Amino acid sequence: MGEGETVLSFIIRRLGVMALTMLCLSLVVFFLINLEPNLKKLAISQLDMRSSAEDLESWLQRNGYRQNFFVRYGQWLGVMPKQPSIDPETGVASPRFAYCREPAEARYSGVLQGDFGCSTKFKVPVAQKLVPALGATGILMFWVMAVMVPVSLLIGVLAGMREGSRTDRSLSVASITTTATPEYISGVIFTVVFASWLGWLNGSAASATNQGVTFYNFTLPVMTMAIYGIGYIARMTRASMVEVMTQQYIRTARLKGLSFNAVVLKHALRNALIAPFTVIMLQFPWLLTGVVIVEVMFRYQGFGFTLVEAAANNDIDLLLACSLVSVLVVLSTQLISDIGYALLNPRIRVQ
Amino acid sequence: MEFETIGVLGIVTGVIARFWPVWLALGIILFLSLRFKKVLGLYGHLFDTGVGIAGLMICLFWLFTAIFADVIAPFDPLQQIPIMKDAMPGTIDPGTGQVFLLGGDRLARDVFSRMVFGSQIVLVIAPAATLFALMVGTTLGLPAGYYGGRIDNFLSFLANLVLAFPVILLFYLLVTPGIRETAIPQWLAGVFFIFPVIFFGTLFYTRFKGRPGLLAVQLAITVLIGGWVYVGLVFNADPLGIISISPNELNIFVAVVFASSPGVFRIVRGLVMDIKTRDYVAAAQTRGENPWYIMLWEVLPNARGPLIVDACLRIGYTTILLGTLGYFGLGLAPESPDWGTGIKESSRLLRAYIHPALPPVFALMSFVLGLNLLADALREQSLKD
Repeated sequence: MGEGETVLSFIIRRLGVMALTMLCLSLVVFFLINLEPNLKKLAISQLDMRSSAEDLESWLQRNGYRQNFFVRYGQWLGVMPKQPSIDPETGVASPRFAYCREPAEARYSGVLQGDFGCSTKFKVPVAQKLVPALGATGILMFWVMAVMVPVSLLIGVLAGMREGSRTDRSLSVASITTTATPEYISGVIFTVVFASWLGWLNGSAASATNQGVTFYNFTLPVMTMAIYGIGYIARMTRASMVEVMTQQYIRTARLKGLSFNAVVLKHALRNALIAPFTVIMLQFPWLLTGVVIVEVMFRYQGFGFTLVEAAANNDIDLLLACSLVSVLVVLSTQLISDIGYALLNPRIRVQ
Repeated sequence: MEFETIGVLGIVTGVIARFWPVWLALGIILFLSLRFKKVLGLYGHLFDTGVGIAGLMICLFWLFTAIFADVIAPFDPLQQIPIMKDAMPGTIDPGTGQVFLLGGDRLARDVFSRMVFGSQIVLVIAPAATLFALMVGTTLGLPAGYYGGRIDNFLSFLANLVLAFPVILLFYLLVTPGIRETAIPQWLAGVFFIFPVIFFGTLFYTRFKGRPGLLAVQLAITVLIGGWVYVGLVFNADPLGIISISPNELNIFVAVVFASSPGVFRIVRGLVMDIKTRDYVAAAQTRGENPWYIMLWEVLPNARGPLIVDACLRIGYTTILLGTLGYFGLGLAPESPDWGTGIKESSRLLRAYIHPALPPVFALMSFVLGLNLLADALREQSLKD
């Protein structure tokens, strides 16, 4: 935030950069998805393995995949009209993908108009697939946050309260261990222990998608995702807590005769939690990768599961929408973290 | 059919015995390090704390495992002995009389040997990719932090662009069989792998400008070695035939460097912005030194502490990324013995057999843990200085 700049103009400037970033990224993703081998793969998956090269080519031609790259990007974005597929012999226009109920005439209908296109894998409009998936992932994220944040803050504060104590050392080693445990590791270990040996929990969250979330089917995915973040946030909290505890005002409060617990609760805690707040917000991009791993591992039909299906089948519109959502999540959490950091910490309001 | 097994105790002693070259090497290193601790500087100080020793020993353990893999592993990682399909740990193969120490997997391969050979893949790619990412990030981060202004804005925008991609999406886009049919990996490799040459070229040029004789030798060596590695990696056309890389490995390598360079860039940029306000930098500026001389010979050496710590953590992070790639079956061959692929293969069958899943899981976890502990100890030591 520049000097004299209001929070509002700061946010507006950041939103501008954000829009530019998203434009650039969507162009890059669009380019990568539409590379020749990927289009071939799409055509093969839509026809069948034994189709001749001419069949594939004519399918791509008919469905508009052979138009100029920028025209197609413009169509996706909504600044160029989308064309229906035209039968080369009769000249009759028909919708490109009948299962998405696209009309049979040219029209402006892209992301800017709120049309994310048509999923060629699931044979539904992208929004119809993506919205429930995002909802499912939202539930997962909520529980992960509900577990991860309090646990990691508690560990961090306990460890940082008395630097170098035995509690500090053992908690620190424990948090280093969890940061060395990515989801695909902890997922396997937890499944082995809690599902295979003890039989307490379900090793699959497939039933959570349609039958609702229960302790039995949802604990393992939540635990698996939370554990990787806990170590990291706890370490940040600890570092921040250690720093705060050496400050002058803490010593003053102690000399004033306040008890150690009162000092920690009344004076240290609030200041020590500023840095972890930023870190928690910046955890979202990591959580996105975690979501993909966990949802695939436990067969939970959320956003990550959809992303993998889209990528594996080169489902162009769905994958573009997924990228847009994930980039939006990353960028907006960065923005929130910056604003929140500035609001929470009076010292850096003017930098 | 009944198999003979060697029991739990037999398995434990068997595994420990197979690692004998590693124990020997670790013993020698430990002895020498403790003997000459005083003169070893930062490395010697690692032996002051339990965390440091533990981290270093775990890392060296896997390093020596990778080096001596041929001696340690009793079987070839791809060798299938059909009768040993899903064999329990400690089963004796009736054909050869050899023991499947940690059992057999779904395709009747020795889990122990695969874990040992998997370390080779991880310990080659992860440190090498980290090194390249460091070079790229440093070479770009130095001017961004030092000059600020437009260069900084532009480079930071690019870095944030890459960082805004969730890693997994980046890999799904960049590491595909489709992309290997195009020239994109070669292009990216061509861009990334030129950075070490630029870096060392500038490093020597700024320092030894006044001594043309020495400079010529150094530049010649840089170009020769750099060019040799470059030709070998980018065009896969090493005239000596020593350096070679298969297209899918190059693809992974490039993607990993691409994903982790912006992180290095950010750290270097931040460190430079901090260090450039110091007095010795102002002194060098007053002397009229070349900006690149100041960046490479005044600023960079003073940023080495945090950079070494970050490099340690980053190798661990790269290992995790490689595991992720293996877990999603991206890039690496399906029969590759690396740990991520092993976890993918076995985690699908956890309901039936758990023993093939555990060795790669603990291997990856312990290696990353070792690196994190090492980084933690290094950080503590560099703070003391």
